[in-house]
Amino acid sequence: MTQHSPTRRNILFTGTQTLSAAGLMAMMGSSAASAYQGSDNPAQDVQLLNAAIALEHEGIAAYTIAAGSGLLTPDVTEIGVRFRGHHREHRDALASAVTALGGTPVETESEAHYVEALGVASLANQADVLRLALGLETGAANAYLGLIPSLSTAEQHQLAAQMAGDEAYHAAILGHALGEPIPVAGMMFGG
Amino acid sequence: MSEHRKQTFIGLVAAIMVIGMTMPVAQARQVTETLVGDMERGERLYRQRCMACHALDANRAGPSHRGVFGREAGAVDGYRYSGALRDSGIIWTAETLDSWLSNPTGLVPGTSMGVRTRNAQDRADIISYLESLSPAEPD
Repeated sequence: MTQHSPTRRNILFTGTQTLSAAGLMAMMGSSAASAYQGSDNPAQDVQLLNAAIALEHEGIAAYTIAAGSGLLTPDVTEIGVRFRGHHREHRDALASAVTALGGTPVETESEAHYVEALGVASLANQADVLRLALGLETGAANAYLGLIPSLSTAEQHQLAAQMAGDEAYHAAILGHALGEPIPVAGMMFGG
Repeated sequence: MSEHRKQTFIGLVAAIMVIGMTMPVAQARQVTETLVGDMERGERLYRQRCMACHALDANRAGPSHRGVFGREAGAVDGYRYSGALRDSGIIWTAETLDSWLSNPTGLVPGTSMGVRTRNAQDRADIISYLESLSPAEPD
């Protein structure tokens, strides 16, 4: 629900116009609906976008679990909470696209599911948590880039590219925190 | 040049052009089929690309992968597959995995898996790594 054009952003944040709640919802709806335009296979797109939502659910859960683990310093916790906010925005944008396509966004799993699936029991310190997060973010950036050619519309391509950009940003921050060297070769993601 | 020789010459040129246009495609296909996978590189690629959604021994956004070679598609216990993949009848081999990783929705329309791996050598390396994994422990 955060896919606003510059025009919309101006309307929302400059305070030069008043926007009713109904008007805001209509604008968000039209933004999500744009993801449907031109899709010649909405059922397929729903399947793919729901898989992306499942990935975002897991990312949100991972940062929530990490924040409550007691393994992170306050500064690192703050960064993780910020990243979790980004993943929530991703989830909401993807859910809007799925709804506009006539589908139902996939629900999140229980925290216990994510604790087991992510192998949280093996995490012993902050570096372990950061390495897990780096792996998830790197994988997510690659996944979104690999997903683009399978999606139907330009709007969906752009949405996936936006997600990939955010995930790559997260990965860069996490890699820096772990002291990882800057890659020598370019074209670091996708392929 | 006589008419007969002229036609022969034109036919020869056309044949050379046809061969020239088709050879790269045939060679490219052959190279793809004979690529040798690098297991170690495949493990690294698996961690960088596949582990956003998959793990070897746990179902996440995607199903677990240990023992995938030789397994029927859609057969991991506890994972909610799309009906399309569950009913596909595919057995995972090097060939089917290569098609799958290249274009999952092309191989199985309606699947939830949409991530494409464009580079043939990358696919061969990932497949080599998956093939190296021992089958899942029985419950």
